Amino acid sequence: MIVRILGEGQYDLDDHALDALNGLDNQIEAAIESGDEEMFRTALSGLLASVRASGTHHDMDSLDESDLILPPPDATIDEVRQLLGDDGLIPG
Amino acid sequence: MSLMKRISLIFRSKANRALDKAEDPRETLDYSYQRQLELLSKVRRGVADVATSRKRVELQVNQLEQQSTKLQGQAEKAIGVGREDLAREALTRKSGLTSQIESLKEQRATLQGEEEKLVLAQQRLQAKVEAFRTRKETIKATYTAAEAQTRIGEAMSGIGEEMGDVGLAIQRAEDKTAQMQARGQAIDELIASGALDDASQVNAGDDISRELDAMSSGSDVESELARLKAGNAPQAIEAGDGDILADTDTDSDEVAVRRETSEGGPA
Repeated sequence: MIVRILGEGQYDLDDHALDALNGLDNQIEAAIESGDEEMFRTALSGLLASVRASGTHHDMDSLDESDLILPPPDATIDEVRQLLGDDGLIPG
Repeated sequence: MSLMKRISLIFRSKANRALDKAEDPRETLDYSYQRQLELLSKVRRGVADVATSRKRVELQVNQLEQQSTKLQGQAEKAIGVGREDLAREALTRKSGLTSQIESLKEQRATLQGEEEKLVLAQQRLQAKVEAFRTRKETIKATYTAAEAQTRIGEAMSGIGEEMGDVGLAIQRAEDKTAQMQARGQAIDELIASGALDDASQVNAGDDISRELDAMSSGSDVESELARLKAGNAPQAIEAGDGDILADTDTDSDEVAVRRETSEGGPA
């Protein structure tokens, strides 16, 4: 499975390694819904750290699409909301 | 995986929308390649812009550090002439500058970070654009329009995702740079106006400098006077005896006339 951290690049992860990340992903989503920036920060950095730790860099010159895409490490809740808002941060 | 899934889906739908634009899917390859090259030059410009901003902040740090050193020197000088109040004032201003310098150094670190991110983004994009170009030529040479569809879709979505990522990185770097440029502008104006000589009081100007200058020019006058007095002592004694020209026998008449003329002239 390929996971992209925005601003960092793509990582290859085992599917089972990804299961462990589900909890953090749910926390991030809850934090975004409640606007809890601190919880968001902690959960996001935890999630990204796990991806980096259990993944390996995907070939830089491959044209493979990622299965999952994660926000950049220094993203704020507002930025992630914009990311999810479709016509927000991601330039077409 | 809800959050991660949602972001991924949004990237994918953008890539697919770009693909839908051309009638012959092979045309989209060239169209996309053009956009990739444009994005590459945009990211290069971005790197240069951020570097320029970073250098500007570094320049400001240097200026403020010079100012800080000057205040330190003033404080020492003030202590030397027994003006503790002035020394305290100079050190207070210096500590105001120190916090400005710290904040500028943080900005510099942020800009440096953005610069490094963009350089990496550029390298990643460069690698993918190269790969895409090779893939594009293969697809165009090998497949009919109908067959090419799937292959193109694969190549496009992969590069589309990278382009979205790089585009986002450029945008974020631009936003941060713009914020800092506004603050940098303000600091430049402060430096130019001399108001930063005093970070704690508005419009106070560099009065420590003036007062110390006044004091030191005052003491310079005194010490020069003292030196002059010491150096001219013999003449001064003669002058004190009465006629300073009394012993210049040869010219005494001429001088006496001149003295009379000059003394009597205005009368």
